[in-house]
Amino acid sequence: MSTLLEVSHISKRFGGLQAVDRLSLTVNEGEILGLIGPNGAGKSTVFNLINGVYPPDTGRIFFAGQDITGEPPYRVARHGISRAHQIVQPLAGLSVLDNCTVGACFGRQALPLAAARKAAREVVEMIGLGDRADSLAGSLTTAGKKRLEMARALSARPRLLLLDEVLAGLNPTETERMIETVRKIRDSGVAILMIEHIMRAVMSLSDRIVVLNLGTKLAEGTPREVADNPDVITAYLGDSKLLTAAERPA
Amino acid sequence: MWRRPFPWFIAAAALVYALYPYLADDVGLRESLLLAAVYIILASNLNLMIGYAGYVNFGNIVFFGLGGYICLYLVTALHWNVIPAALVGGVAVSSLALLFGLGILRLRGAFFALATIGVNQAIQQLVVNFEPWGGATGIYLSLESYGSLGGPMQALWITYLMVVGVTAGSLLASYAIRNSKFGLGLLAIGQNEDAAAVLGVPTPLYKAMVYSASAFLPAVAGGLYFFKSGIIEPTSAFNLQTSIEAIVMVMLGGSGTILGPALGAFLYEELRGFLLTAESFSQFQLVIAGALLLLIVQFVPGGLLGFVHQRWPRTRRWLE
Repeated sequence: MSTLLEVSHISKRFGGLQAVDRLSLTVNEGEILGLIGPNGAGKSTVFNLINGVYPPDTGRIFFAGQDITGEPPYRVARHGISRAHQIVQPLAGLSVLDNCTVGACFGRQALPLAAARKAAREVVEMIGLGDRADSLAGSLTTAGKKRLEMARALSARPRLLLLDEVLAGLNPTETERMIETVRKIRDSGVAILMIEHIMRAVMSLSDRIVVLNLGTKLAEGTPREVADNPDVITAYLGDSKLLTAAERPA
Repeated sequence: MWRRPFPWFIAAAALVYALYPYLADDVGLRESLLLAAVYIILASNLNLMIGYAGYVNFGNIVFFGLGGYICLYLVTALHWNVIPAALVGGVAVSSLALLFGLGILRLRGAFFALATIGVNQAIQQLVVNFEPWGGATGIYLSLESYGSLGGPMQALWITYLMVVGVTAGSLLASYAIRNSKFGLGLLAIGQNEDAAAVLGVPTPLYKAMVYSASAFLPAVAGGLYFFKSGIIEPTSAFNLQTSIEAIVMVMLGGSGTILGPALGAFLYEELRGFLLTAESFSQFQLVIAGALLLLIVQFVPGGLLGFVHQRWPRTRRWLE
């Protein structure tokens, strides 16, 4: 399997807080890499560094062999990295379809308007928002807005999708549907880097997992390896003995 | 774009607007329609910034004034014909706006609005102290300047027709932008600039481009308008009050729509004309403008067209 994204020794400091500290990770073509860690571990900062919201203080980021370190978000998007935000960012006054058309127009494929609208409609149908295509994005429910984040990111036909807690705030039924969707996206050949707090979901979806704590990599491996790692259990629960057998993945 | 009815509607409306005072042979009507047309141009182009990209340009009148100065300078000092002079004014101001835009559009919200006021005031002061442009007294046209258009009488009619042409051009440009990829990018910026950038919209470039685009036709109109007046001086050319009135027009008609700002400009101009005749209170229209702005922002943020769209959603399809 070839490497799609290579993050090499990146660091980011905010004032007195070392948010990310010499972190390295790779995402391969067609895989789902889970990024987990306690609150404040620096997960979202890693996403912000990858898609250029701010440049890293040190380190380099390579995507498909190209050095994209320090490029602004709109250039990163053109390379084929799309992102679904943790805090939904709908273009509230535009329709669901227009939201996705923006993704298709300005993302990796940079389609002309008419073609973009067509591509966007397909994605909107696929993601299950077909009947709301002409509604204003601001009028969707929370679950709808989460789906819109996904649809919009996918409309760009990305090679790598950054999913930031897309399951947070969803009820169990919605969560199931979303997990199915994520799997479907992976099966279509898109690599996924996902931040997720719902362990059951991240354990079942991820091919590999990286655990972050205080900005550094605590552990890396298959879901099984990570779940059995005593350091990880300590970071999450404070004491490895607290984890009951029921909470371990089967 | 000519396959849709909207551009034809604009062309037809402009034709009626242009011919009506001519057929009625009414010079007074022509003057009042010309002023309304100028306001439509200002409001429609300002709407590209406010309504599409979500940036409030308080100093928008600077384009109009600077275009006027460049045009009148070329006409008087270099004896150019007014048509190329106005166009060169448009291109020059638009290019300058592109440069400025790349700088001041790094600012957001209130800071951007303040910077645009600063640009207007700074340029006004520069012009006041710029001798080739007549300093504080400005530039006067002599009657010979109208010779190239067949004497003053005919020149004023021709200028009127050209201003109406620029008005139609403003609305068509607004329509074309609204229905383009560029326009979609601007709307995305107006909704949420950070999210737009993450989706791939090249935000710095697009903002500078729309700032520059919104400068072109107002600058051309400034050239024609001050050519018609025969005089330009710094206080009237860079009048911040007109800038603010243009914002009221955009908000009144419906920012972000194509026809809304034109409608707002026309209504506001009619209202202004009516109130100006009340002699007991000079500049009374400003009191009304202030009150209107408050009421609109508070109760109908979508303006007239926004209100119609909300009330009768089907009108969205054809009333753009």
